[in-house]
Amino acid sequence: METIAKEYADKLPKKLIDEINEHLPKGASQAKIRKVFEAVQKEYESAKISPGECVGLIAAESIGEPGTQMTLNTFHFAGVAEMNVTVGLPRIIEILDGRKELKNSMMEIYLKKPYSEGKNLKELALQIKETTLSHIATEFTINIADLTIEVGLDKQKMKDLGITPAMVIASITKQVKGFNVKEKDGGISVKTKSKDESLNEAYKAKERLKDIHVKGILGIRQVLPLKRGDEYLIITAGSNLGDVLQLEQVDAHRTTTSDIYEIQNVLGIEAARQAIINEVAKVIDSQGLNVDIRHIMLVADGMTVSGEMRGITRYGVVSEKSSVLARASFETPIKHLINAALTGEVDRLTSVVENVMINQPVPIGTGLPGLVSKQKK
Amino acid sequence: MVKKMSSAKIVTPELYDKEGYPVDGGLMDIRMGVIDPGLRCKTCGARLKECIGHFGYIELARPVMHIKFTPVIITILKSSCKDCGRILIPDNKISKIREQLDQVEKEMGIEERRKKIKEVVSLMKTAAKCPHCKAKQGKITLQKPTTLIEDEKRISPIEIRARLEKVTDEDAQLFGINAPHVRPEWMIITVLAIPPVTMRPSITLETGERSEDDLTHKIGDIVRINQRLFENINAGAPEIIVEDLWDLLQYHITTYFDNDVAQLPPARHRSGQPLKTLTERIKSKEGRIRHNLAGKRTNFSARTVISPDPMLELNEVGVPLIVAMKLTVPERVNEWNMAYLKKFIEKGPEEYPGANYIIRPDGKKKKITSETKEASLEELQPGYTVERHLMDGDVAVFNRQPSLHRMSMMCHRVKVLPGRTLRLNPAVCTPYNADFDGDEMNLHIPQTEESRAEAEILMEVQTQVVSPRYGLSIIGCIQDAISGNYLLTKYFSYARQEAIDLLMAVGITDFGKLPRKQTVSGKEIFSVLLPEDFNFKGTSRTADESGSNDVLIENGKLVKGFMDKNSLGEEEGLMLRNIHQQYGKDFALDILGKMFRLGIEVLFRSGFTAALADTDLPEPAQLRVRETLDNAQREVENFIQSYQQGTMESYPGKTLAETLELRILEVLNKARNETGDIVAKHAKKNSHTMIMAASGSRGNLLNLAQMAACVGQQALRGRRIDKGYENRTLSCYRENDLNSDARGFVRNGFKSGLTPQEFFFQAMTGRDSLMDTALRTPKSGYLYRRLANALQDIKVEYGNTVRDASKKIVQFQYGEDGIDVSRSENGRINVKRIIDSIR
Repeated sequence: METIAKEYADKLPKKLIDEINEHLPKGASQAKIRKVFEAVQKEYESAKISPGECVGLIAAESIGEPGTQMTLNTFHFAGVAEMNVTVGLPRIIEILDGRKELKNSMMEIYLKKPYSEGKNLKELALQIKETTLSHIATEFTINIADLTIEVGLDKQKMKDLGITPAMVIASITKQVKGFNVKEKDGGISVKTKSKDESLNEAYKAKERLKDIHVKGILGIRQVLPLKRGDEYLIITAGSNLGDVLQLEQVDAHRTTTSDIYEIQNVLGIEAARQAIINEVAKVIDSQGLNVDIRHIMLVADGMTVSGEMRGITRYGVVSEKSSVLARASFETPIKHLINAALTGEVDRLTSVVENVMINQPVPIGTGLPGLVSKQKK
Repeated sequence: MVKKMSSAKIVTPELYDKEGYPVDGGLMDIRMGVIDPGLRCKTCGARLKECIGHFGYIELARPVMHIKFTPVIITILKSSCKDCGRILIPDNKISKIREQLDQVEKEMGIEERRKKIKEVVSLMKTAAKCPHCKAKQGKITLQKPTTLIEDEKRISPIEIRARLEKVTDEDAQLFGINAPHVRPEWMIITVLAIPPVTMRPSITLETGERSEDDLTHKIGDIVRINQRLFENINAGAPEIIVEDLWDLLQYHITTYFDNDVAQLPPARHRSGQPLKTLTERIKSKEGRIRHNLAGKRTNFSARTVISPDPMLELNEVGVPLIVAMKLTVPERVNEWNMAYLKKFIEKGPEEYPGANYIIRPDGKKKKITSETKEASLEELQPGYTVERHLMDGDVAVFNRQPSLHRMSMMCHRVKVLPGRTLRLNPAVCTPYNADFDGDEMNLHIPQTEESRAEAEILMEVQTQVVSPRYGLSIIGCIQDAISGNYLLTKYFSYARQEAIDLLMAVGITDFGKLPRKQTVSGKEIFSVLLPEDFNFKGTSRTADESGSNDVLIENGKLVKGFMDKNSLGEEEGLMLRNIHQQYGKDFALDILGKMFRLGIEVLFRSGFTAALADTDLPEPAQLRVRETLDNAQREVENFIQSYQQGTMESYPGKTLAETLELRILEVLNKARNETGDIVAKHAKKNSHTMIMAASGSRGNLLNLAQMAACVGQQALRGRRIDKGYENRTLSCYRENDLNSDARGFVRNGFKSGLTPQEFFFQAMTGRDSLMDTALRTPKSGYLYRRLANALQDIKVEYGNTVRDASKKIVQFQYGEDGIDVSRSENGRINVKRIIDSIR
């Protein structure tokens, strides 16, 4: 078996050889194994793609066509009001646009062994969730007389979250400069150091104080511990992959976010490519549609070849095209023509639209091969 | 440059003289081409349609800005010295910055490059003083759209041009301008090119009046103002008047290029409708590029309503006779087919199958009429082409919009039929996404041998059976064909005679496979279609009497199980996919056609209909349905009560109200499902509606339950209906009524009829889903357009790499294993089947 498998190692993809291994009945004869390999190779060769096949367009068709059958709704995650999940067509559009700001970003945090069995789950969730001053404050008041801002703190909540007033003060002094922060009967009072302060300034400062980040991970707006299979994990609204992966309880191998741009920044372009594939495939599966992974792969590759994620928009992938006419035929034609005039661009007519424009066969499929012949003298 | 390519200098705004003849030096000068029949172009001597037109030019009295280039002009002016024209970057830094800029351009395009240059210059702190000649720099601002101000003083286009001229070629290249081939000062217009008349033809109205093109009007304005400006300057008019005229000229030239500039009032017709000038001609969906260049129109096509005809083969299309007599196929005459082609000419255009035209070798087309018939026959010799009527077996490309995937355009064989509709086999409705509620489809007849060959080899229906989207059959039996085969293979048996009759109707003449006995079972009849050595193991949707779901075909005989959607249908049709894989596309298509007809013929013989009685439930079952619903409603009331009394416990992480909603939904859904179970249990098992649901040909048990028992909860955005004013859904309910009936639970079935409230709730969800569809279509259409545009030139090159048009590698091997989805089984190679087949 092994020897034959080795022989075919560069003739068949590894996946196929593994599959043969898996399905071969135990104790099959050498001759039979050879026959199987031969048959599989024959079928593989006949299933191979032909040169000239316009795989790009087929991929576009395969994703564009079922797009008409997808839903538009966003749905609420298990009834928690703040946790919305973008699904269906809007999500596909969001991914393929390569947006940096997502409507509803989301993380799935997997945990390492003792935690994944439910140990300290609640505490961990709270540790991850972003807590701002306004979460733990009972009230913000401005003392007009001496222009200090007084913040009342909710003791119970703070105890639950494991926050001490000292921590709050520390984070305030760290994040905003130029204030005197003091603890004052159960709350804290904040007074600016600068001399000429108006009420208006104090009001602005108060608003800024509300957003002071006290504890947890920045950007994680909501957490929801969940049991999936026999494992606990944490779903979050809002995303901050870089910081979450720093936590020691987190299983960094499986933890993901729906924010592909963030994945690119934290884990690199290959990870982003894989994330695009996974996310698009997830949406398509959830809609009960069947689209081959190869089409999604091609789209993901098209978005990431340049080494940086590009959306499928006039600013992204399309703007990278070498041909002026191809770009002009998509959107904002005037802009492209004007710039082409200035830079003296040359169109080599290598892609599809230009050739359609000048009524000439397109260099794809049967239009690809050229005929070379010797001229008789 | 403009002067060199021009053939006429335009000096008067007039168009025609008194006799209606184009004026020399006018806008319709015949040196720029002709649009009137009979005239000859003075430049090339060709007639109308032969001469493509020539440019003219106007010498402008004063230079003006070109609006489309103003952003570039400002960038250059702002970042170069007003005196020496050098860029405001010290020499020693230029090469470094050039690298940076090249990088920016590569990553983000040329626009970003210009932005970056501005940034660099402002950061240089040299913006106030030139590093080359130490001249002080003014602050330049743009007063939209075309006026530039430097230190509160206006700079005239003459001044701008002078400055641009000073910019060196190397510096220009830094701005992304391809100097010396393109010079920055060319962005200021001194000589305006006048497009040829052929580009702006005038229309002669019925009244004999001439109506000029929008462009002609606009250029007329420009010429008029330009002349006035000339006269005023020559007459030494005061500066103010000259300036005013100059501005006016600037306005006209601006709107000539783009009539949609933000700060300018658009130039209008006398009727008040804005003129369509150059930019408007090019851009948008109706513009030149997308409408005329990337989109083409075609001859030799037909379009009418479609209707079904299961007796056609799948790759045939029924063409009405009147269409067949209009559409033609060109056939080249040679020695051997001369007699054959003459017959068509003899019949002429009125009689079928005849011919409409003959084409002489020099390309002259001659119509065949009853008078010219004889002459044409005489004349015909090898080298001529005869355009004969469409006949059976000709290739045609059939299409239904929206053409979302390649299966929306397939090649069919023509079958000329009486009637007025195009006909197709209902099995190919799926790829076209067609139905017969008034859909229309298009038919195209390829006109060259090459295109016919390509259509046949690449586009014929059998080549498109397997969808490239998921590698499964997209064409399969639908509706009646599934029901028929299901009945046949599960219940029916026929006398041998009848069976033969049935098979004959399907198109089978070899009955060797039919067992020689008095009565043959449906399974045996079905097996006649299958090839002798076909083996298949599958599952059916429902279990047979013995409780097994297996479908087993051994050596071409259906031994166990029965046919249903899992084996025959599109997408799932696994048996079809197997046949296709083993016996090839032509065989698969043939057998599919036969199975389809077999199913229909079976139903022809036994009758098949959906009856109201199919939804009848026996008295006890009705009672149980009522009980279930009553119980559920009572339970809901209890929930509400405990909610109001505060005794309800909330689910973790949720508010009390949310918990209530969840529990109510749960109970009501459970109740509806229970009624469904009751219906499934008590409805007549072998009613035709049930057969349709069981075989998967149409509808499901839920639909039946909705008719017979209970429609169920109507949901808007995943919740019960709760939108409304005054805290209630309808005015017949009390405020804050949380009961099931007040929040859109429809407890009646469609048969018993809905109450007015229930009807209204149903209409609400119906409207919601209509809206969803209406909003989704343009969104997904745009996504599709973007995808297609971005990926259209990615193809597999020789050597199996996937590359784009500039030969950049996108993938080293397509899909990582090089497998073509449309040649795979659901994207994979079925190793298991191969192993099983080798014994």
